[in-house]
Amino acid sequence: MTQTVSRPAASSGEAREPTLPLDVEAIRADFPILTRTVRDGKRLVYLDSGATSQKPRSVLDAERWFYENVNAAPHRGAHQLAEEATGAYEAARATIGAFIGAPENEIVFTRNSTESINLVAYALSNAATAKEPEFRRYAVGQGDEIVVTEMEHHANLLPWQQLCERTGATLRWLGLTDGGRLDLADLATVVNERTKLVAVTQQSNILGTINPLGEIIARAHGVGALVLVDGAQSVPHQPVDVTELGADFLVFSGHKMLGPTGVGVLWGRYDVLDALPPFLTGGSMIEVVRMEGSTFAAPPQRFEAGVPMTAQVIGLAAAVEYLQGLGMDRVEEHEKVLTGYALAKLAEIPGVTVIGPPDTVARGGAISFTVEGIHPHDVGQVLDDLGIAVRVGHHCAWPVVRRYGVPATTRATFYVHTGYDDIDALVEGVRAAQRFFGVTPEEATA
Amino acid sequence: MQLQSMYQDIILDHYRNPHGRGLREPFEAEVHHVNPTCGDEVTLRVHLDGDTIADVSYEGMGCSISQASVSAMYDLVIGQSVEQALETGEHFMTLMQSKGDASVAEKLEDELEDAVAFAGVSKYPARVKCALMSWMALKDASARALSSAHPTAPTGGTLS
Repeated sequence: MTQTVSRPAASSGEAREPTLPLDVEAIRADFPILTRTVRDGKRLVYLDSGATSQKPRSVLDAERWFYENVNAAPHRGAHQLAEEATGAYEAARATIGAFIGAPENEIVFTRNSTESINLVAYALSNAATAKEPEFRRYAVGQGDEIVVTEMEHHANLLPWQQLCERTGATLRWLGLTDGGRLDLADLATVVNERTKLVAVTQQSNILGTINPLGEIIARAHGVGALVLVDGAQSVPHQPVDVTELGADFLVFSGHKMLGPTGVGVLWGRYDVLDALPPFLTGGSMIEVVRMEGSTFAAPPQRFEAGVPMTAQVIGLAAAVEYLQGLGMDRVEEHEKVLTGYALAKLAEIPGVTVIGPPDTVARGGAISFTVEGIHPHDVGQVLDDLGIAVRVGHHCAWPVVRRYGVPATTRATFYVHTGYDDIDALVEGVRAAQRFFGVTPEEATA
Repeated sequence: MQLQSMYQDIILDHYRNPHGRGLREPFEAEVHHVNPTCGDEVTLRVHLDGDTIADVSYEGMGCSISQASVSAMYDLVIGQSVEQALETGEHFMTLMQSKGDASVAEKLEDELEDAVAFAGVSKYPARVKCALMSWMALKDASARALSSAHPTAPTGGTLS
């Protein structure tokens, strides 16, 4: 008996599986990194896009184009390069805004989702001490409440814990059901007249759950609270339109959606952004500066202190154009088919338990699982040995793994270049781990 | 497969049948260490007889490497003086930094006994911290145990 992992050359799936919505072979040819091998010549099976995505050549080319042809600091200087850099930077803002149905003056560039959330959290506590009365509208203080959920990534939890510690506000949260969904039974009591802001993820990075934001946003707005949606795992994988969403803020990261690292987005409703004091201060976010005190620019510039990550913004616009070329509807459908396939195949392995919704209803492509008798690190190590990259650990969502009584999980995430062959490799890799550690449970069919 | 170089049989044996596991009385110091990147944790107690380590008892959860490492450490340090145990810990640290250099493991065979089997782990930087967690906990706990045994001893000085 051999332990060789079977890897069908074709990615169009087994005969009985439906043809995938995206042409995986053509897409893979756009990603230079997918041609490399790992661990002694094995094909790279990259199932860690949820941590960071790989980049198509057009994104890399866009950054190179900027540095080789245009490079200058935008919004400064009167020379031709400065003009062109400003034009390219602002054109990218318009492209990225249009991707989520937002006008360009509602798009703030940050380093990543984490920074976007911190920007809002600090603006809300800065509001309490702002000398300008117009910046105090959303001030958070003692007696106020901030609501999060037990499902949040640390990035959408710690900034709010810290905000509460700085201001004396109280942090409350919505719990989880055994089935991996938000427990909305006490939504009406947790979100109440004292609530100033509700921060909730659209798609869980660990459970894959897609949350019913409409109900939460309706309740929050009913009591006059703001809503921040963490779109780090949704914007890359499903169509998101802020006018349909109805929230006040949406954050996402470029590097999880085929774009470069170092650029993220804060979208905010203009009237809300306009009522917030700055987070970081310095160059280019000002109106008038005097030694005695200064005034600030209108959004989005108010929140973009210093020379921005221009090349990365232009790279992100190229990523957006690449995704638009594929069509976000098809990207979503592609991952849904793969998720259904993976859930079915993993369910066939005795000893494997998926942590999160067991089917594709209101569920994205992050699949976390445990393998009985093998710690996730060790599962990940065997998979790595076979060339399969997955994430192991608590996935920056420690309360979630604690909630489900596991020390950690192994997580596979999919994207546009993922094919049936990648999932077949994962499934065979899990079986290989069971054989290696001698914990293969009795199978129904030997 | 390269896996066998990391998962030596000795390591898997310690993982499946850990030595000295469980929290016991008496003890002079108890510490709780976590690996924040993955959530692995160990609670470890040290019982001294004078300056000699009479018992190390522990509970923990984590991967095979972290659990086997604490078991192999238990075998090594019982009966050693705190000073010797810390020196053994330094040898283990050297092994973990050897990046798979077999000559390092060869030189440390006598000092590290079973623990020399962890040499393969040094080729995987992400796993080195798994193997080191229990040694860090031991260092912490023995320092605390000593200072509780010698409350007037200056901290940060020599150990005996």
